Amino acid sequence: MTTDTLELEKIRLDVDKICQPWKDRPGNLIMVLHAVQKKYSYVPRRVSFEVAKTLDIPLARIYEVITFFNYFKLEPPGKNVVSVCMGTACYLKGAGALVQELHQALGIRPGETTPDKNFHLQEVRCLGCCGQAPVLTVGEKVYSRLAAGQVPGIVQAHTAEGAQ
Amino acid sequence: MIKALINTIPVEVADNTTILDAARTVGVKIPTLCKHPDLRASAGCGICVVKLKNSVKMPRACCTPVENGMEITTHDPEIVAIRKTVVELILSAHPNDCQVCGRNTQCELQNALADFGIREEPFDKIVPQLPKDATTGTIVLDPAKCIKCGRCVVVCQEVQNVWALSFLERGIKTRIAPAGDINLADSPCVRCGQCSAHCPTGAIIEFDDTAKVWSALNNTKKHCVVQIAPAVRVTLGEHFGFAPGVNLSKKIYTALRRMGFAAVFDTNFGADLTIMEEAAEFVQRFAHGKGALPLITTCCPSWVDFMEKFHGDMIEHFSSAKSPHEMVGAMAKTYYAQKNGLAPENVEVVSIMPCTAKKYEIHRSQEMSASGYQDVDTVLTTRELSRMIRQAGIDFANLPDGECDQMLGDYTGAGTIFGATGGVMEAALRTAAHMVTGENLPKPDFESVRGLKGVKETTVTVAGKEIRIAVAHGLSNVEHVIGKIRAAKMAGAPPPYQFVEVMACPGGCIGGGGQPYGVTDELRAQRAAGLYAEDKDMPRRCSHDNPHIQNLYKEFLGEPLGEKSHHLLHTSYTPRPLYQR
Amino acid sequence: MMTRDELLKIKQEILSKRKKATVTICNSTGGIAAGSRETYQSIRTEAAKRGLTVDFEAKRCGCLGKCAEDPLLTVAVEGMPTVTYARMTPDRVPALLDRHIVGRQVIPEFVLEKNEAKQLKIVLRNCGIVDPENIKDYIAQDGYTAAAKVLLEMKPEEVIEEMIASGLRGRGGAGFPTGLKWRMTRATPSDQRYIICNGDEGDPGAFMDRGVLESDPHSVLEGMLIGAYAMGASIGYFYIRAEYPLAVERVERAIKQAYGLGLLGKNIFGTDFSLDLEIRLGAGAFVCGEETALIASIEGKRGYPHPRPPYPSVKGLWDKPTCINNVETLANVPVIYQKGATWFSSIGTGKSKGTKVFALTGKVRHTGLVEVPMGTTLREIVYDIGGGPAQGKKVKAVQTGGPSGGVIPADLLDTPVSYENLQQLGSIMGSGGMIVMDEDDSMVDIAKFYLGFCVDESCGKCAPCRIGGTQMLRILERLTDKKGAPGDLDKLRTISLAMQKASLCGLGQTAPNPVLSTLRYFEQEYRALLPEAAPTR
Repeated sequence: MTTDTLELEKIRLDVDKICQPWKDRPGNLIMVLHAVQKKYSYVPRRVSFEVAKTLDIPLARIYEVITFFNYFKLEPPGKNVVSVCMGTACYLKGAGALVQELHQALGIRPGETTPDKNFHLQEVRCLGCCGQAPVLTVGEKVYSRLAAGQVPGIVQAHTAEGAQ
Repeated sequence: MIKALINTIPVEVADNTTILDAARTVGVKIPTLCKHPDLRASAGCGICVVKLKNSVKMPRACCTPVENGMEITTHDPEIVAIRKTVVELILSAHPNDCQVCGRNTQCELQNALADFGIREEPFDKIVPQLPKDATTGTIVLDPAKCIKCGRCVVVCQEVQNVWALSFLERGIKTRIAPAGDINLADSPCVRCGQCSAHCPTGAIIEFDDTAKVWSALNNTKKHCVVQIAPAVRVTLGEHFGFAPGVNLSKKIYTALRRMGFAAVFDTNFGADLTIMEEAAEFVQRFAHGKGALPLITTCCPSWVDFMEKFHGDMIEHFSSAKSPHEMVGAMAKTYYAQKNGLAPENVEVVSIMPCTAKKYEIHRSQEMSASGYQDVDTVLTTRELSRMIRQAGIDFANLPDGECDQMLGDYTGAGTIFGATGGVMEAALRTAAHMVTGENLPKPDFESVRGLKGVKETTVTVAGKEIRIAVAHGLSNVEHVIGKIRAAKMAGAPPPYQFVEVMACPGGCIGGGGQPYGVTDELRAQRAAGLYAEDKDMPRRCSHDNPHIQNLYKEFLGEPLGEKSHHLLHTSYTPRPLYQR
Repeated sequence: MMTRDELLKIKQEILSKRKKATVTICNSTGGIAAGSRETYQSIRTEAAKRGLTVDFEAKRCGCLGKCAEDPLLTVAVEGMPTVTYARMTPDRVPALLDRHIVGRQVIPEFVLEKNEAKQLKIVLRNCGIVDPENIKDYIAQDGYTAAAKVLLEMKPEEVIEEMIASGLRGRGGAGFPTGLKWRMTRATPSDQRYIICNGDEGDPGAFMDRGVLESDPHSVLEGMLIGAYAMGASIGYFYIRAEYPLAVERVERAIKQAYGLGLLGKNIFGTDFSLDLEIRLGAGAFVCGEETALIASIEGKRGYPHPRPPYPSVKGLWDKPTCINNVETLANVPVIYQKGATWFSSIGTGKSKGTKVFALTGKVRHTGLVEVPMGTTLREIVYDIGGGPAQGKKVKAVQTGGPSGGVIPADLLDTPVSYENLQQLGSIMGSGGMIVMDEDDSMVDIAKFYLGFCVDESCGKCAPCRIGGTQMLRILERLTDKKGAPGDLDKLRTISLAMQKASLCGLGQTAPNPVLSTLRYFEQEYRALLPEAAPTR
């Protein structure tokens, strides 16, 4: 078997495993896609094909859904996903300035990934931490009550991680 | 019954009638754009909003049912102003190239702009930069012109169950494309063209082959011959002021000759020929047990594509007979050419079809060049032909009647009904009966296979034998039929049907993807009625009674399913499973 | 099988186990972000070091309200008043234990400046008190006794009548009477009905629902139990935003624990009523807060709203009668049956009964979740509870209703909060986001911010919202870039009208509100951005 066939077979088995607990439960598509993204960090094309086959859903439907819902990524994100909250409170308390600082530190704008694939920057809507605005997260780690000038330190902390 | 007031006019309508339909009954026309009579309301455009007494909301007329005691206002200065703003907004996101658009003068958005008297564009122009997709060579997607009415998606997904088109992304970035942004040619698309038939603008149109045909007509080396499909004769007139269903074959023959075609044939002849081969096939399987039952018809190339992609395991049931126009093409470049001392490479065959998929069919495999050259060179849709007629300076409505070249143009009633759903089945049964009994049926009509019901299941008795039949049109109706056949196979039970006809387009070819715009069930019924009316009055109503068909076999082909027939008039199929739907 | 006696037993068991000294620390998103988990670990370590294990316990709870001061914790020592301490980072733990727990002295410099005086905690009754990860803690607060009473003593129709009498209205923003919704769902004959908890809190600046789901998920669960019984639903879904992972985790655990005690599943309390609950996640689409779009999303389709009628109570999830209730609405339900509809309807105003939770943020000193009876004035909320603006600053306006709402200028702050009053002023109650703005905040900017949000979140199905929103945003961007044109304000109004009337769903219908509202009260700020008359030469 070629590496391609082997890879496809692995995807088939992985998707089967992900779909198993959901196969007979109604309203399973978004839940399955969440599980896929959790495993692969995005929704790869080949995996979409396999999900469509396993759940017996047209591929068109899969893509309709993953391009509609912002949560799902179609491209592999960088190692560290930096999410800057753009909720009202954070906006008023200077989220825009955070984005500028991140641009200075990383050279990328929201929606972009650094060339070394270490950081991906995105704006998100309301993390629900409004009392501690402005807020950003790097992966699951929440940084709140941010003041100007803290950004370089945060980036540094995750660069060290990323380098491993 | 529900009683209400529309613009103070009393209406009385059945339960669940929409405000839009109720208004029509009293001569009130509420403007719409995204609604199509064929399809469920998607409630997208927001133009059909109306006012209800004692409410600040403005519901959409297309999907709001009338309730007892409702007092509806359909037009007042505020409502009209709001509608106008919505149309202006839609215009702001739409390119301004009407003059060079394939839908110029036939566009529903143009109509709306004209009706609303729009003379200015108050908003910024925000037209998306999206590339066209002409990869199928049959249908062209121009997403920049899409107004997101959603009709094509509903048709492709729900009516046809093909799922080639979908809405991707959201908000202002919403666009129509195949899943994963692949080329339409690589998607499940079966080229049925129902998307283009329902699209209100130039976002989806047929691939224009008229230039190719003009070039051939102007090429003195080429001997151009043309054939028209059964469905074309009862619909072309809609472009020239005639009612749907009026049979205009004779004017069409004249028009085609004036355009410069050296010979004018008729696909109905090909239909008779197809019946000769297919009825023989059926008799072989049914009466002599040679081959799997049911036999499934294959003159519809969208259906063939669909079958190869998604039901490859059913191929043994497929009739190997080619479609009528392919048969005529093959005969044109062999029989006709030989008889007239023409070099086949100089014979150019053009088919006028109600169908977009035929543009794909003509090069689907090597077998479509059985004559040694591509049997049919170009397919034009009904819409393209009417444009060419205008370009040629032909005043169609006032043409005298003409005749076609009988050699490949003479036809029986059985041939002409091919254009309607159930027509192929009926024609085949007439000849099958003759093949078994040697006699014509006293009454050649099979009403039970006619009509617009999605799946028609019936049992007919022919020559004392019962034949279980299914006729399906609209590809989503196929699942039901195929499902039953497969289930019986798995259980080792006898097949639920012995003969199955499938047409991809709802209504059959008269509702084809290349037909005049604005199809509805009413139009389908009228168009089909035109064909059945012709059949009823014809002296010969069975394909085998066609003297020119008899001649063709005697002089050239030999006999149905014979070696020559097999080579020229039959084809094979391969399963081509896609990733999936 | 759970019984009322068993509930009582559990309560008594928990209460008897309460220690003489308890520190309860916030374990919600805000607290965790500020480091409460480290503080909790530190407390346990330091307490062990000091041998404080017999009469001392460190517990974790949900949101204590004033997130800006996190990590927050409460200290309850027998014989002393209960105190809440602010900014309790690990370095403060030794003092906490030595001076307060052992030394029995309140530490003034740690004390949180409280703003509870005008608040009435019904929805937030257990937040900061129960450990949301322990169902027994909830039972110790009389949790599930309302459900027991309803299931064992009342007929579904009676439950509905009581809900109608209470006057509770949907807290998600629409304000539709909850009892009526239950009744309409029950009235549709069907073999299957569904109840859905709408936890898709998408308004930027709103986190009331997150607070409740993280801090007191059982209150919502119990609400669903009662509601499902009333309307005849046997399957329910929690639809929660994927951006709220902690809420999802807490609800998951709560459901599991409820099943474990027989409070979910078959024959609850030994009756023939059964209810199964599951979670379904959102995926980053604000429009899925709209009922029909939410349903589409669970059905595995794009989150497109559906024209109504038919309403979900007639034809909803998988075409079955479905009732969708907001988190806050459901959290009110158990209390209504514990204390009665008469009690509930005695709180609030004529048409707006009960309380409302607001996420008070922006230019106020005390930000966080607050809960007030309907009828409390905006001034009381902003000044008495919120502590007013920072030193030297003046409040300019208060924004309510998020992207569907409007601004209320400072001179109208004496307006009592109610659905009707806010609507009359050109805003809405909304889900509870309340942003205080001062003289440094530009009204055009906030309108642009909210409109930008709606444009991002527009599903794209209908032309008025899809295109109208974008065109309005372009105009606002031109204005803030000082490139405005004379007809711009009129265009904003024209497009707004079309969006309000011809959009398919509430998102498009209310997207113009922030613009219209700021135009109404602060037109001068818009005019200041228009070009002046061209100088003649």
